[in-house]
Amino acid sequence: MIIYRQSARVLVQGITGKQGTFWTQKMMECGTRVVAGVNPKRAGEQHLGVPVYATAKAAMAESPFDVAVMFIPPAMAREAALDAIEAGARTVVILTEHIPARDVIAIHHAAARHRTRVIGPNTAGIVTPGEGFVGIMPGHNPNIFQPGEVGVISRSGSLGTLICLNLTRAGFGQSAFLGIGGDPMIGTTTRDALQALDEDPRTRAVVLVGEIGGAMEEAAAEYAAGMAKPVVSFIAGRASPPGKKMGHAGAIVSGTLGSYDGKRRALEAAGVAVADTPAEIPGLLGAGPRDRLRQPAAHALSV
Amino acid sequence: MNFLEHVAKARVLAPAGIPVPRAVHCGTPEEAQAAFAELGPCMVKAQVPTGKRGKAGGIKPANTAEEARARAADILGMQIDGHPVGSVLLEEQARIAREFYAAILIDTVGRRPLVLFSTEGGMDIEEVAATRPDALRRHRVDLDSGFDAAAARAMLSGLDLSGAEEQVAGILVALYATSGRIDAELIEINPLALLADGRVVALDCKLTLDDSAAFRQTDLAGSAAEEPMTDLEREGAANGLKFIQLDGDVGVLANGAGLTMTTMDVISHCGGRPANFLEIGGEAYTKSEAALKLVLSNPGVKSLVVNFCGAFARTDVMAEGVVTAWKRLAPDIPVFFSIHGTGEDEAVRLVREGLGQEPFDLMEDAVQAAVDAAHSGAHPAAQSQASGGAAR
Repeated sequence: MIIYRQSARVLVQGITGKQGTFWTQKMMECGTRVVAGVNPKRAGEQHLGVPVYATAKAAMAESPFDVAVMFIPPAMAREAALDAIEAGARTVVILTEHIPARDVIAIHHAAARHRTRVIGPNTAGIVTPGEGFVGIMPGHNPNIFQPGEVGVISRSGSLGTLICLNLTRAGFGQSAFLGIGGDPMIGTTTRDALQALDEDPRTRAVVLVGEIGGAMEEAAAEYAAGMAKPVVSFIAGRASPPGKKMGHAGAIVSGTLGSYDGKRRALEAAGVAVADTPAEIPGLLGAGPRDRLRQPAAHALSV
Repeated sequence: MNFLEHVAKARVLAPAGIPVPRAVHCGTPEEAQAAFAELGPCMVKAQVPTGKRGKAGGIKPANTAEEARARAADILGMQIDGHPVGSVLLEEQARIAREFYAAILIDTVGRRPLVLFSTEGGMDIEEVAATRPDALRRHRVDLDSGFDAAAARAMLSGLDLSGAEEQVAGILVALYATSGRIDAELIEINPLALLADGRVVALDCKLTLDDSAAFRQTDLAGSAAEEPMTDLEREGAANGLKFIQLDGDVGVLANGAGLTMTTMDVISHCGGRPANFLEIGGEAYTKSEAALKLVLSNPGVKSLVVNFCGAFARTDVMAEGVVTAWKRLAPDIPVFFSIHGTGEDEAVRLVREGLGQEPFDLMEDAVQAAVDAAHSGAHPAAQSQASGGAAR
């Protein structure tokens, strides 16, 4: 599961912490079905009206869940992720930033063996307006998120929030927001997310928010070339100096690899309209290069 | 974090059983002169965390004690690729028969450790990949099976190593094991030399450790090479803020890496030049006061754009820090805000009441105003008017 659905039952690992508590409340207010939490020291208690277990495995036995979301510090992230994966979570959403690379590799390895979908690490989470959200996004804010038909993919939570806000103001609601994470090794790539939105019947157009560094936008462009749904993109980092890590460990340009120009060329060659600034995105969606958006059916593409 | 050659060899390669030349680490020409008595004819090698030493004249032979002193004196006065040379490594001279290449790194696309070996050492691995792909072997390690001598032999099969196959296989296995133990992002031995006497020895070593693993590699992390940073960048790092000083005049304060990069892009798109990158993402969003100080300390800044879009980060908390710091520092430059997302209403109220400022609805408009102000050298008195035109 990449797109959040209200039918999914959610386990919150680290539910009793400050951030875990705050965001679990926000998720619940938004309609997310949080069924249980994990904190080894508080097992047996109730927190925010749901039972707390020592491990994800113990939670699965009594309060089955589909999605685990982790409010866990980097040093303990590996253990928590493996617990959720081995417990049988279908999807694990890893919000944690700065997990050691070797631990990330171990997590992805275990996830592949158990066929678990990993979103992140270093993601802000996923939002489906009108259904709920999992993570640390303002999914409960109607100025930013409204139900609609545009799917949004972003590595960054803050930039993704800005893009959704711009869309909502321009009258484009969202079918789903997919925060995939700013780390170099993420479980769900831009291409995976694009495919999920392409296959989603409620999504009629996609906004792909990329960043310099890596080759995920190039891989996504290959997929986009075969899509019927229109795709509009913005790539952050055009003005960033090469050879420097720009906060996201993934956002580093070395040589020509991961450069802005390379990504833009690949996307444009695939028929994707690339915006120079975030404010241009709604305009490109409304009058995109693809014929489908100019068809009368495009009128349905609104809030 | 990066490491100097002498640290990588003494602290990582030698303990892993990978042969390295006899060597003495020296901080002064006199120490180098004394070391010669122990080593005999040797190489004097600048200790800087960059691969451009040889071409820059940072590696020189010495055949007498006096030469060792003189070469060390020359090299200790050098600056290579921006790094002042703080010390030299004197190493016994090697009679090299062949040069190989070996490395363990993290393949981010395959999400696995990657073992690299080439029979063409002494040159950039990118160049080998482009010109001699037949000389390069790549092995992506499966975590279940690991990387043992049999896997190393299989990887090397078909390459002519002049009889050094077993030694090289042993070195690759040891290198792989140690890379995992120390959380290495990259260990590269180039060249891995086959000597005239048949021994295989690591002549150089480049080591990069995973910054995120510093908490469990405290011993080794304490020996990391100092990163080249400006004073302001160092001050930022001490406060847990990732600050990169740039040469423009529009200061940037935004939350999250993606939004910060985008703010810089829009500054550039509007005809301006960003003065900095500064990340106050994640938990660092509570440090907006310290962050603002850093941005304003940059002497090039003529105007400032504050662009907050709260998801995890609460814009009210960030705005409170900015307003407090602004009042105390009373900087003589104009500032332009755009604020949306978590805590937006309270943040806007704080800015309005605290600074008499009306945030712009679109970040593009806030950025354009900041760029225009930097160009015209507009004074703070002009800003309320400037922002009034596009008020929310």
